[in-house]
Amino acid sequence: MGRYIIRRLLWVVLVVILVTFFTFVIFFVMPPVDPAILFAGRAPSERLIAQVRESLGLDKPFFVQYGLFLKHIFLGDQYGWPGFGMSFVTRSPIRENFLGRAFVTTQLAAGAAVIWLIMGISIGIISALKRGKWQDRLAMGFALFGVSAPVFWLGLMALYLFWEKLHWLPGTGYVPFGEDPSQWFLHFLLPWVVLALLFAAFYARMVRGSLLDSFGQDWIRTARAKGLPERKVVYKHGLRASLTPVVSMFGVDLGTLLGGAIITETVFNLPGLGTYVVRSVANGDIPVIMDVVVFGGMAVALMSLVADILYAFLDPRVRYT
Amino acid sequence: MISLTRPEPTDRNEVILDVRNLRVHFPTPDGLVKAVDGISFQIRRGETIGVVGESGSGKSVSFLTVMGLVSSREAHIEGEIIFKGRDLLKLPQEETRHLRGKEMGMVFQDPMTSLHPMYRIGTQIAEAVLTHEHTSKKAAMKLAVEMLGRVGISKPEESARRYPHEFSGGMRQRAMIAMALILNPDLLIADEPTTALDVTVQAQILDLLDRLKADFNAAVAVITHDLGVVAEHCDRIQVMYAGRIVETGHSQVIYYRSRHPYTWGLLQSIPRLDAEEMHRLRPIEGLPPSLIFVPPGCAFHPRCPYVMDVCRTEVPELGPAHAFNASACHLPAEEKDRIFSQILAERG
Amino acid sequence: MSTAVTSPTTPDARADHAPLLRIRGVRKYFPITRGIVIQRKIGDVHAVDGVDLDVLPGETVGLVGETGCGKSTLAKVITKLHNPTAGTLEFEGRDYTHYSRTRMRPLRRQMQMIFQDPYASLNPRKSVGAIIGDPFRIHKIVSKKQIKPEVQQLMELVGLNPEHYNRYAHEFSGGQRQRIGVARALALKPRLIVCDEPVSALDVSIQAQILNLLEDLQTEFQLTYLFIAHDLSVVRHVSDRVVVMYLGKIAEIAPRADLYRDPKHPYTGTLLSAVPIPDPERGRARQRVILQGDVPSPINPPSGCPFHPRCPLAQFPTCREEAPKLRELAPEHFAACHFPLSGLGDLLTNALTEPTAGRDSQLMPPPTA
Repeated sequence: MGRYIIRRLLWVVLVVILVTFFTFVIFFVMPPVDPAILFAGRAPSERLIAQVRESLGLDKPFFVQYGLFLKHIFLGDQYGWPGFGMSFVTRSPIRENFLGRAFVTTQLAAGAAVIWLIMGISIGIISALKRGKWQDRLAMGFALFGVSAPVFWLGLMALYLFWEKLHWLPGTGYVPFGEDPSQWFLHFLLPWVVLALLFAAFYARMVRGSLLDSFGQDWIRTARAKGLPERKVVYKHGLRASLTPVVSMFGVDLGTLLGGAIITETVFNLPGLGTYVVRSVANGDIPVIMDVVVFGGMAVALMSLVADILYAFLDPRVRYT
Repeated sequence: MISLTRPEPTDRNEVILDVRNLRVHFPTPDGLVKAVDGISFQIRRGETIGVVGESGSGKSVSFLTVMGLVSSREAHIEGEIIFKGRDLLKLPQEETRHLRGKEMGMVFQDPMTSLHPMYRIGTQIAEAVLTHEHTSKKAAMKLAVEMLGRVGISKPEESARRYPHEFSGGMRQRAMIAMALILNPDLLIADEPTTALDVTVQAQILDLLDRLKADFNAAVAVITHDLGVVAEHCDRIQVMYAGRIVETGHSQVIYYRSRHPYTWGLLQSIPRLDAEEMHRLRPIEGLPPSLIFVPPGCAFHPRCPYVMDVCRTEVPELGPAHAFNASACHLPAEEKDRIFSQILAERG
Repeated sequence: MSTAVTSPTTPDARADHAPLLRIRGVRKYFPITRGIVIQRKIGDVHAVDGVDLDVLPGETVGLVGETGCGKSTLAKVITKLHNPTAGTLEFEGRDYTHYSRTRMRPLRRQMQMIFQDPYASLNPRKSVGAIIGDPFRIHKIVSKKQIKPEVQQLMELVGLNPEHYNRYAHEFSGGQRQRIGVARALALKPRLIVCDEPVSALDVSIQAQILNLLEDLQTEFQLTYLFIAHDLSVVRHVSDRVVVMYLGKIAEIAPRADLYRDPKHPYTGTLLSAVPIPDPERGRARQRVILQGDVPSPINPPSGCPFHPRCPLAQFPTCREEAPKLRELAPEHFAACHFPLSGLGDLLTNALTEPTAGRDSQLMPPPTA
C-alpha cells in the first residue's frame, strides 16, 4: 500500500510540474500582446515599456522566469505565501483577493458536492432496486434532464422562479457566514442545488449501472445463500463493490470545481475564482489567469490522489499496483 | 449454542429434504421457460446424492429453489419442498431466510467470483455466524478461524485476515465450504464444486467433502455433469433431463444396470480412463431441447434411438421418490435390461 | 542435452518420418516488474521452461497438465502468437523462430488453431459466413465469387446447415459454435491444427460429437493434431502420444497406452489417480494419492526437479538439487525423473486396467423404506 501511495504522489508532482510549465509557456511565450505593454498602461512610451519589462523580470531568460515563478508559488514571494505575484490590472498583490475568492469557490463546491453525492447515490440505488418500474423511469428521466439542461439556463430559471416570482429566496450575491448565517445559507442554496443537479444526474446513472452490474456478481448469490437479510446484501455487498467508480469520478469532479465553477458563479454573482478568472481574461490580467490555472490543476491532481487512496481502501485488489 | 463437535447420532434414515412435484417456470419475452417441470425426490441424513445432467437439465435451478434463491417474483413455483417436516414454499420469506446458511448450506461453482473481493475471508465466514447467532464478533471470528483449519487451510489465523484474491482456487473453494458448513447445517448442496478446479485439487476437495460429511452427519447433494465424480462420491444418483428426473437409483445401479436411454447415451459418449480399447464415442444425436418448447410426451424422444409411438404422446412416470431404481421410460423392463447388457458387452 | 522424440506409433504413419513440427529448447518467460518510478525486472514467470518436441505427420499428440504447466503458452508460441524467449521452432524443416509477421503469413496457412471458448473466440459482429470466409479473404487464394460456395461446403463438412451462412454466432449453440471454429481452421487445408482445449467448455454429449468430428476430419484430410486438454480421459481417447507437462517442463512423454498403463513419472501417476472414473466399484476400490498443497505458480519454480516439493517419492538431496533430464526408460517412453516409478504400485494406485471382481454381481440392498 505504501508503494502505491508513493507512486501516486510522484505522479502528482509530475502533473504539477507539467501544469505549471505549460501554463507558463502559454502565457509568456505565446501571448499575442507583450505583457509589458499591457502592464504599462495607456499609450506607453518605449522607455516605459522597457522599464516595465525589467521590473517584471520579463527580460530574463525563459527558464529563469519559469524557475522564479515556481519558487514564488511554492515558497512565497514578497507579498506572502503562496506567492501569487502582482496583478497587472490592480497593481496590487493578488494573494489577498485570490484566497478570499478561493474560499468562496470552495464553499460552493463543497456544498454542491454534499448534495450531489447524497442525491446521486440515493437516486441511483432506488433506480437499481426498482429497475424497470416507474421509479426507475422517473429517476432516469430526471437524470437525462439534469445532464442535458445547461447550467446557466437552470440557474436563470431558478432565479426567475424562486426569487423574481415567488420571492422565496434572496437574490444573487455572497454573504459571508460570519456576517449572517441564514442569509449565507439562503444565498448559497440555489447555486448549490443548480450546480449539484448536473452532477447528481451523472452520478445517479453511474451508480445505477454499477450497482446493477454488482448485483449480477456471484458473490451476491453467496451472500443470499448465507441467509443475509436483503438490506445487508444490497448495502454491504452490492453497494460496496459499486462505489469505486464513484470515488474516482468524485475526485476529479471536485478538483475541477475547486478551480472555479465559472458559469454558476457568474449566474449567481458569487465572488469566486470563476468570476475572477473570467474578468482577468477580459482584462488581460495575466498573472491572475496563470495563478488560477495552476491552482485548478493542482486541485485536480491532489483530489485525484485522495480519491485514489480512498479507492485503495475500498478495493484491496489495487493496493499492489 | 454453536459447537463444532459431532452431533448426537440420529436416525440415519431421517428424511431431511422431501421435494414433491416441484415446478419452476420462468416467464420470459420468448415464452415460458420450464426449467424444472415436476420433480420429486428425497434426501436422507448421512446420504450423498449426485444430481447429474447437462446444461438446461434443471439441476441447478431445482436446488437454488430449495435454498430459496429463486424468488417468486422471477418464477412461478409450484409443488412442495419439505425440509425437516416443513414446507418451505408455504413459509414466509423471513423464516426461510433463517434457514439459509444455518440449516442449509450451499457451495457454488466458481470460487474466483463467489467470494466478495473487498472483504477479508475471515470476515465473510464470520458474517455467516453473526447473521444467525447472537454472539460477539470475536467469538464468530474465532469460530471462522477454527473452521478454516478444519477445511485444511494452513495458518488459519493469518489466512482469515487475507483477501480472496490472495488465495488460489482450491483454497477459495475450501473457504466457501467452511462458510457453508460453519453452522452445522443438515443439508449441504454443492453446485459443481470442482468443475473450475484442476484435477489434483478436485481430488483434494472431494476428499474433504467426504470427510466433513461424515463429521457433520449431514445430507449432501452434489450437482455435476461429471459422471466420474458421482460414481466415486455419491450413494445415490439422479439423472435429470429437460427439467425432469429421468432416472434415479443407487450408484451401482445407475452404472451397472441403468434403465434409461439418456443415461445409456451419457455413459456411451464419455471417453473413459479405464476403457480397454478405444471405441468410437457414441454421442447422443441432436441438440438439447428448448425449455420453452419442450417436446411432448417424453422430452428425450426426438433423440432416443429406441423411440416408440407412445413416447411421443405420453409423459413416462418415474416411480416412488426414494425407489431403489426407477426410470421414466416407456420401454418394458426386460427390454431395458437386454439393451443395457448389450451396451456393456460392447464396451468390454 | 535433449532427447529427440521420434518414430510414430500411428497406424497410418506417412511415408516420410521427418517431423512436421520440431521444437527445441523452447522457453517463454514473461518478465515481472516492480518499482515506483522505474520498473525494474525482478523476476520472470517461467511459463515454458525448456521444451523439446517432435510432431510427426498424421499423428495426434496430446498435451496435458494443470494450471500453470505452460501448455497453452506453448501452443501460442508454436503458432507464434507469442515469440519464444529462447529456442527454435521448425515446420517442415524450415526454421520459423524469427519470422516476421509478413513472413509468417504463408506459414499460417499450414498451421491453424482451434480455441477453447466458443463464446469468446468468434467475432460477434460477423456472420458465420464471414468468419469462415475470412481466411480465404486474407490469403487471397480463391476469387471472391468462389468464397461462398467454399464456405458452405465447409459448413456441411462440419455438420452445420449451409443455409445458415448469414446467421450470427450468438444464434448458435456452444457445440455449433465450436464447429464454426473448426470450419474456420480447416478453410485453408492446413497440415497442422493446434487444438487448445476444444471441448472443455461443452456439454458431455456435445463433446463426443466434436471429438468424433475431429477424428473424421483427421482421416479425411490427413491432419496432424496437437491436442491440448486438462481432461485426461479425453486426451487418452484422441491421442497417439501423450506429453505431460509440469511447471513449464515436460515430465513425461509416451505412446498413449504406455502412459496410462505404466506411467513412469510420479506426477503422471498422481494425476491419473486423481481422475474420477465413472464406475463406482472400480473407482472406490482404487487407493488414491492425494497431493498436498496447491499447484505451484511458475513465478519462482522450485530448484532441481520442479515437482519435488509435492512428490511423495522425492529423495533428498538429489531431487532438490538436480534437475532431471528426459531419459528414455522404455521404447519411446521418456520421463524426467531421478527415481521413476517401476510400477503403479509404487504410488499405491490400483491399476486402472484391472477390473475388480464381480462387477455385475452384488448390488447394494435397498435401504429400509
